Amino acid sequence: MTDTTFSLAQILPAMPEIYLTAAVCVLLVFDVFFGMKKPSRTASFTLVLLLGGALVTLLTADFGHARMLFDGMYVADNLATLLKLAAFLFVAVALYYSSDYLVRRHIQKGEYYVLALTALLGILVLTSAGNLITIYVGIELLALSLYALVAFDRENGLAAEAAMKYFVLGAIASGTLLYGMSIVYGLTGSLSLATLSTALAGEPSLGLILGLTFIVVAVAFKFGAVPFHMWVPDVYEGAPTSVTMLVATAPKLASFALAFRLLAEGLGQSVATWSQMLAIIAVVSIVLGNVVAIAQTNLRRMLAYSAISNVGFILLGFVSGNADGYQAALYFTLVYVLVVLGAFGVILLGSRDGYEADQLDQYKGLAVRDPSLALIMAVLMFSTAGVPPFVGFWAKLRIIQALLGTNHVYLAGIAVLMSVIGAFYYLRVVWLMYFEAPGKLPLGQKRLSLRFIVGVNALAALALGLLPDALLDLCRSVMPLG
Amino acid sequence: MLVQILFYAFSAMLIASAFGVITARNPVHSALCLVLSFFTSAALWLLIEAEFLAIVLVLVYVGAVMVLFLFVVMMLDINVEEVRKGFTRYAWLGWLTVLAIVFEILGVVAVRRLGIDATQAPRPLASDYSNTGALGEVLYTRYVYPFELAAVLLLVAIVAAIVLTMRHRKGLKVQDIGKQVATRAQDRVRVLKIPAEKRE
Repeated sequence: MTDTTFSLAQILPAMPEIYLTAAVCVLLVFDVFFGMKKPSRTASFTLVLLLGGALVTLLTADFGHARMLFDGMYVADNLATLLKLAAFLFVAVALYYSSDYLVRRHIQKGEYYVLALTALLGILVLTSAGNLITIYVGIELLALSLYALVAFDRENGLAAEAAMKYFVLGAIASGTLLYGMSIVYGLTGSLSLATLSTALAGEPSLGLILGLTFIVVAVAFKFGAVPFHMWVPDVYEGAPTSVTMLVATAPKLASFALAFRLLAEGLGQSVATWSQMLAIIAVVSIVLGNVVAIAQTNLRRMLAYSAISNVGFILLGFVSGNADGYQAALYFTLVYVLVVLGAFGVILLGSRDGYEADQLDQYKGLAVRDPSLALIMAVLMFSTAGVPPFVGFWAKLRIIQALLGTNHVYLAGIAVLMSVIGAFYYLRVVWLMYFEAPGKLPLGQKRLSLRFIVGVNALAALALGLLPDALLDLCRSVMPLG
Repeated sequence: MLVQILFYAFSAMLIASAFGVITARNPVHSALCLVLSFFTSAALWLLIEAEFLAIVLVLVYVGAVMVLFLFVVMMLDINVEEVRKGFTRYAWLGWLTVLAIVFEILGVVAVRRLGIDATQAPRPLASDYSNTGALGEVLYTRYVYPFELAAVLLLVAIVAAIVLTMRHRKGLKVQDIGKQVATRAQDRVRVLKIPAEKRE
């Protein structure tokens, strides 16, 4: 019989999830009593809850000791702690950026924050998943919250269409994942990732390859990699910008965690098989993302294709299949999310009543109209383009180094070539802002506090680029493998 | 032997009814096919002695979910032909993909062994073994973490359904019960003094 008692010390490492679940319930009640008349109260309270969550994560983390809880359902290690802290922080910043926008679009309601927190809970669950069931429940928790958020603006037909596409394709991906998992379960008789990592040693059987194929398809869908990327541009363009920002940032951490826990840890013995599949997906993503992004006139759509190509880079880190590659992928993910968060912050700052600052033309001559906003955007664009000394450069460099370390010379070559092509459309934004005549377009929001945070965000991209070692060392030290 | 025959019979029925769900032109027929596929999967569960799951599947899905579903389908009165217009435009692409996938899967399944010999068939249990009790024992102990998370998942579904469908329309005539209770006689009844007419 299983041990049926839980002491507090036993479940203490799971405190971030327990705290957040309680916070969701508290927020629901808070909203009814205090938020119905003034939704801004709910917004502020959510930020307090999120910062509290980051604090709880820090205080209850057991640094240096990996622990399994709930019969191996839950892994508490340094990687999970880092990803959780980052997720709390990124979601808090994203919600802070969007509060103003939500008021202007008349969609600032308590439920928005509740769904954002449940999405965050899904991310947390994925970061410390130790079992296929936990992984699946985490994915669904994240995905269901995001579907609802994308459709949150009910008056908007485009958002409803995007949500519908996202929902249907996401449901198919979930089915694919479950099918792959069921095959793997049939082969090993176990759902635990720790057991899988030892049970599947040796030459992979055909059944395993079949199961792996379905799992890789689902992982690629969650990342939004080609050829499972169809939902990305529509969701990025159709959803309210604040939701796009949520979809584009913290869930990428969850996708990384999913790929790491499921493929690198659980199915690590079959690395030779899935890394080939991922290599093809990654290369096609990088090529298609970068080439199609050139043709976009809508900034959000451009960022969607940029996301597809950047996801390709993250997957390339996994292709290396060693600790170096995973570290590079983790570093890239953190850096990418940081920079994209800032870019969407600028779009939100630039928008006004009934006017979205998401057409590239609207950025013409921004340097004259609004110098500080243009400078922030320029820093962020240089960073994603991978221009030194900004942090995006180091992220790409690490991925390419990891590829070269495992003799994937062709992949590294394609990655470099496509980065150069990709630099074109990032730098085009800078060109529009600084070298085109300003049109007669409305100015961005004044909001000094918001500008300050977006500025800090851009500054972080520069500072991490000038001093890349700190974050790199952190990524190296938390990696459980190798 | 008998078990194997039953297994293949039910499996064939399950696959056939699943095909029926997606090929039936009438939505009521596909809903009924879905009911049949739930029934046959319940039978498959019975074969591996998971009687609790089998009964729950019939009670919850067939008894509650599918009946509601049928109600909805019958009430909506969707013009299927209208929706289907232009639907077959990309059918050739779909068929091509399906064929490719089927061939690939067949190639894997038919050619060589899958390596599933690692999993043993479940041993028959004693007749007094309680499936329900065993499930109850692990649900709140070993599986308490995913179980609680599934509860949060239901909470998300509730919140999302409410936020996406509940609307406050203006000009709607709604009863305000508090106001009704708090009302006083003076507000509702006006006592007028009408002088009696004098008879001439």
